[in-house]
Order: sequence, then structure tokens, then C-alpha cells
Amino acid sequence: MDLTETDGAETDRLDSPALQNYVLDSAYDETFESAGKARSHYAPLLETFTSLSPDEIRRRKHAADISLLNQGITFTVYGREEGMERIFPYDLLPRIITSAEWNQIERGLTQRITALNLFLSDIYNEGRILADGIVPREIVCSCRHFRRQMRGLQVPRNVYVAVAGSDLIRLPSGEFVVLEDNLRVPSGVSYMLTNRRVMKRIFPQLFLRYGVRPIEHYTQALLSTLRSLAPEGRPEPTIVLLSPGVFNSAYFEHAYLARQMGIELVEGRDLVTHDNVVYMRTTTGLRQVDVIYRRVDDDFMDPLVFRSDSVLGVAGLFNAYRAGNVTLANAFGTGVADDKALYAYVPKIIKYYLDQNPILNNLETYLLTNPAERDHVLQNLETLVVKAVGESGGYGMLIGPHSTEDQRREFRERILADPRNYIAQPTITFSRAPCFVDDGLEARHVDLRPYVLFGDKVTIVPGGLTRVALRRGSLVVNSSQGGGSKDTWVLNR
Amino acid sequence: MLSRVADNLYWMSRYLERAEHTARLVDVNLNLMLDEPPSVADRRWQRLHSALGNPPGLAWTEEVTASLTSARENARQVREEISSEQWQRLNRLYLQVTRYNLQEVEEELPSEFLLTVIEGVHLFEGVTDSTMSHGEGWQFIQVGRYIERAMAITTLLEVYHREFWGHPERTLEGSEYLEWIGLLRCCTAFEAYCKVYTADLSPDRILEFLLLNPEFPHAVRYSVDRLQSALEAIHGEAGKRHAVPLTRLAGRLQASLGFAQISEILAQGAGGYLQGIVRQCREIHHALYELYVNYSIQTALAG
Repeated sequence: MDLTETDGAETDRLDSPALQNYVLDSAYDETFESAGKARSHYAPLLETFTSLSPDEIRRRKHAADISLLNQGITFTVYGREEGMERIFPYDLLPRIITSAEWNQIERGLTQRITALNLFLSDIYNEGRILADGIVPREIVCSCRHFRRQMRGLQVPRNVYVAVAGSDLIRLPSGEFVVLEDNLRVPSGVSYMLTNRRVMKRIFPQLFLRYGVRPIEHYTQALLSTLRSLAPEGRPEPTIVLLSPGVFNSAYFEHAYLARQMGIELVEGRDLVTHDNVVYMRTTTGLRQVDVIYRRVDDDFMDPLVFRSDSVLGVAGLFNAYRAGNVTLANAFGTGVADDKALYAYVPKIIKYYLDQNPILNNLETYLLTNPAERDHVLQNLETLVVKAVGESGGYGMLIGPHSTEDQRREFRERILADPRNYIAQPTITFSRAPCFVDDGLEARHVDLRPYVLFGDKVTIVPGGLTRVALRRGSLVVNSSQGGGSKDTWVLNR
Repeated sequence: MLSRVADNLYWMSRYLERAEHTARLVDVNLNLMLDEPPSVADRRWQRLHSALGNPPGLAWTEEVTASLTSARENARQVREEISSEQWQRLNRLYLQVTRYNLQEVEEELPSEFLLTVIEGVHLFEGVTDSTMSHGEGWQFIQVGRYIERAMAITTLLEVYHREFWGHPERTLEGSEYLEWIGLLRCCTAFEAYCKVYTADLSPDRILEFLLLNPEFPHAVRYSVDRLQSALEAIHGEAGKRHAVPLTRLAGRLQASLGFAQISEILAQGAGGYLQGIVRQCREIHHALYELYVNYSIQTALAG
């Protein structure tokens, strides 16, 4: 291979040995317009990376690993070697989003979170959208995450979802669409923050050249969001982060966020309620708690109201919440709005409350409760993706083109037995980006999870967590199933 | 500070102190046993067990590893409160110790194992003092360490008192000198004692030194002084809320050691005096829990 070609000014083709295994397919490629021709905003980055020797890249990668390990940015792997800690897998090559692309994402997510909050407020109060027949009542009421107890309860500023993390993917056309909304307890934001910190340390010159919009103010913005939701008459609210405890796989993130915000990291056993007021037990006595940023699922929050066998929550918390003495972020029952069957109605929900067309589209979704759509799906299982509505983390899925006859038969039976529990979508090959694999670059599928904050205003820090399916050909980006992450750069211009 | 966090720090510290104390006692006694016939050695084991407050039959290796495991578990729950250096130090010690085959340790390599534990705990203490803020959390670590130490040393003295001081008419055999050296070594006190009283070992002076010396870190009085000042620092940070029972108990114990004279203690019967100290330490522990950790919600709301 003739390396001098890369020096030629007349051609912008990249022809580095690191790229010899890099093959484009039908999926949108984040980096390349066509084989060897990088998109203009990626060119300087690729030049820098392909000019480094494999040894140098390995050295920098090692420096990044050590930096993560020393900062304790790890998750614990249980098993024989207790206390063994691993770092969250990540790729050195950042994913870049142009300012125009980001502008659309930001407006689209703001629109979406606004509409979904209005929707939650509506269904837990008057229920206009149900009465008008826009969203079928049975879809809402049959949802596992619908909380009857929330009916008629006024939440501060009418904000149900204060923290959201929506998963976006990019279609072969280059359009961003929403794959799903996470409106209960979205996680991963600590990896977004620490990826950036590591990249800044390792490639400072690239940041200078690129003009990347900062994300470091996320924890500050989260704290102001939480503060803005405090009950009336509490000008200096006590805010805490409620974690299920040290055995939770996201415990690192809980501890990290609590420390960055300077608030107490509490567990259920640290809190008590008395006369509908929540207190935490401290060495100076009981201290009233005003806002709880909770990282515990609804089911486990109050054994008197939800699951009675839970020891992670606080008995009496729901009554204190109902009495307006404490704010929970997110509210109970927000899961009804990220139900995968309800997802199909989100464009209508946006239209209904805001009288706007969605800025970010949904993926086409078949509802299996509808007989015509169900028949279509059952006849085309090998080309579709079927998802259980209540599952997350990439479980309970049938990916048609990669499935076996047996798996399809099994899903057909399951769908017929409980159609409400499944939806189907066309198989989308979402976009790919280059990742370091062995000594070269190979294409891997990526998605994007921006984090949306909704308090007195909507705040979306520019970027998010780009998750990577590190296994070749895999479409599953979840960290529990071999996923990793990339730093995500949103450019100033 | 959250009560749960204070509780974890306190117990982390107590378990570490216990592991180190146990390891040192075993080390010293195994060493003395090398020169002894089996019958004497058996009695020594029994004495060791009662000095540690253990049921007979519990293997000391298990006691040491169980203490370290509990200490680490407590630390793990409050990783955000301690420095990463502290965590790494403790985690490394835990991994080192659990990697040993305990049966082999008892049969073959006890001294290497014991040294690992003793040094590991000493290193942790040093790292704690130099990397952690000396605020409320650090004070709870001090409380845990010194209450455990005061109780352990007092129990050890009481066991020796029962066997040796209890019979003043008995003439000292040659081997008993070895016992006195052993007792001092169990408290890392041999050299410190010699500096004050020379190598002329006398049981009463040993008792005086280990009980009433205000400067030696393994003396009971020193431990109680540190305990009291840590408690005062915590009262200062936490406000004086219902601190009276705890302040009174700790202050009384400190005064009783501070103004005591060894001749009076011996005249009244040292055994009862020593048992009294252990009892008072237990009361301090309960009062501490009542005040900071396990208080009832009703009292807290009223106050």
C-alpha cells in the first residue's frame, strides 16, 4: 500500500493501514461518506488517529484505562474474586455530532419531554386524551407501570419526568429517530461525564482544534433541576440521592453523582417518615428531606403502597409525597409513558398537546393488539424485531433476521397468548462508527442516549452517551450484553 | 453525617483493631510455645482464648479473617466517605489474607500470615491519618479503635491477673519471667516499659504501666484519653443533643484512670477494677449507639 497518497493535497481519500479492514455496508456510516472519503467534520480526527502508530494508540489507551481505574470509575464484578473491579469498556475514537444535527435533536427532545409530561399529568388527572379517544384507555390502564395511586395527585410544577434518557438511533438515510424513551430511572450519565474527562486528558490538542461544547455542568444542572422542584416554602431544600445500596450495579454512578452534587447518598434504611414528613437519620438527629432523587424503581419505594416485601424503600413515603411534603424525581408511575406499546402513540400525543408535528420521528411500530397488524407481524416474523413491552436492557427480544425457526415458533406462541405484551418493528440497521479493534479500525453499530433534565426549564447537555455494540455485527449496545461507549462531541459550529 | 455511615466507620475500625490484636497475641504466644512442654502449651492456648473472649475451638485464623472481612464489608458500604487510598489499602490486605490456605497457615506458615495482618493494619492506620479529613468520620474511626483497644487490653490484663497476680504467696518460677515478657510483647510494650522501669520486671509495675500510663498507645489510660477526646470532638460537631449520659460515662472512666494509684487498685482487688473498666466500656458503646446511631424517633423528634 502506497502511504504517500495520504499526503497528496488533491485527494482527501484516507488510505491508512488501520483502515484496511473497514468495510461500509447498507447502514449509515457516521464517519465516511463513501469508501475512503471521510465526512468533513471527521477528517481532522481521522488524520490524527491514523497518523499514530498502533503502539502509540495502545499506550494512550492504556493511559486512559489507568486513569479510569485510579479514579475508581468501575463496576464491580461479583463471583470468585470478590472485589474485582472492571472498567466500563469504551472506545477512544469519539463520535461527532454537528451543531445543526444537535440543534434538531435538542428541539426534538424538548418537544417530546414536554408533551410526555403533559400526557402524564393528563392521564393521572382529567384524562382528556383518553376521553377524546386519542390514546386507548386500556393501553394506559393495562400498563404494568400505571400507578392508580397517582390519580389526582398534584406534583410540583406539574413535572413528572425530571430526568430522562431517550435512546436515539440513526437510519440509513442519516435521520435521527427515537428508539425508546427511558422515563423511570435512566442510568449511564456518569460514563458520559467520565469519558469526557479521560478524553480531555489524553487528546487535549484535538479539543482545541475542534471546539467541542462542554458537558461538565451536567451535575450542576441536575442539582438546579431538583432544587426547582422542591415543595413550596422550602427555600433551602435538603436534597438526597436514594440508592438501592452497594449491591446495585449502578452504585458507582449513584455515589459519583451524589459526590459531584454535594448531596447525601442515602439508602432506604437511612430514611424514616413521621407525620407525613421524611427525615434522614444523622448523627445530629433527624433532618427533614425535601427532594429525593431516587434511583430505586417504583415497586420498591414504599412497602405500604407498592411491593410489601421490599426493604429498599421507606414505609410511609408515599403518604408524605401525597401530602406534598417531599418531592420525588422522577414521580411514581412515569413508566406508563415509556411503555413500548404506548411509544407508538407518542407522535399523536405531541400533536394533541402541542399541536406540532414531531421533530424527531418514531420508528414504525406494529401493535399486536390490533388484529390486522398482528397478522402482518406473524406472517413476517423473520424480517421484524419483536420486543416485550416490559423488558429493557436488550432482554426479551426476537431479532427476526438472526433468529432460528424454534425461536420464531416460541415468539409466535407468546404473542398469541399475550398480544398486549409485545410490539414489533422493522429491523433497522442503525448507524455505524469506527472503533479500535485489535490494531485497526472496524465499523460497529452505535446509538445515542442524550440526558434530558426538566425542572423550571428543559436542559439537555450537548452530547450524551454513545453506546457501541462492541461485538462484530451485533446490534445490542447494552453494557450488560457486551456493549461499550464512546465520548460524544457536539461541535460549536 | 448519616448514622449508618458513622456506624460503618466505627465497626470498620473496631474490626481492624480486633484483627491486629488477635494476630499479635497469637504471634507472641506461638513464639513462647516453642520453648515449652505440651501441657504448659495447652494452658497457654486456653488463656489465649479467654483473653480474646473467644469460645474454645474457634480457630484463630478464622477469627482474623472474619474480622478483616467484616472490616472490609463495612468500608465498602461507605467508600465515598473514606479516601481511595484507605479503600485500596484495606482491600489489598483483605485479598492478601483471603488468598492464604488457612489450614496450611495454622500448620506451617503462621508468622508470615500474622505479619501480613499486623503490618497491613498499621499501614491502614497511617493512610487513614494522612489521607482522610480529620472530621466527624475520622473521629468515629478513633472511637472504634480505642474502645476496642481499651477493652482488649483490659481483658488481657484480667486473664493474667487471674492466673498470676491472684496468688501472691506463690514464688516466681523461672518460666514466669517469660510470661511477663510475653504479656508486655502482646501489647508491644516491652521496650517502652524498659525505658520507664528498666528490664527489671515486676508484675505490679507491669500492671501500672499497661493500665495507667498516659503516653503509651496500648495502655488503657491512653486509649481512654483518646476515646474521650474523639467523643468530645464529635459532640462539638454534632451539637450537645442529649449527650449527657455519654459524656458522663466516658468522663468518669477517664477520671477514674487518670487519678488512680496502682497501690489502691491492688489493695481493693485489681480483678474487680479491671472488670469494671470493661463494663464501663460496654456502657459507653451503648450510650454512643443510643445517641448517634440507634436513637428512637420519638426522642429525636422531641429534642
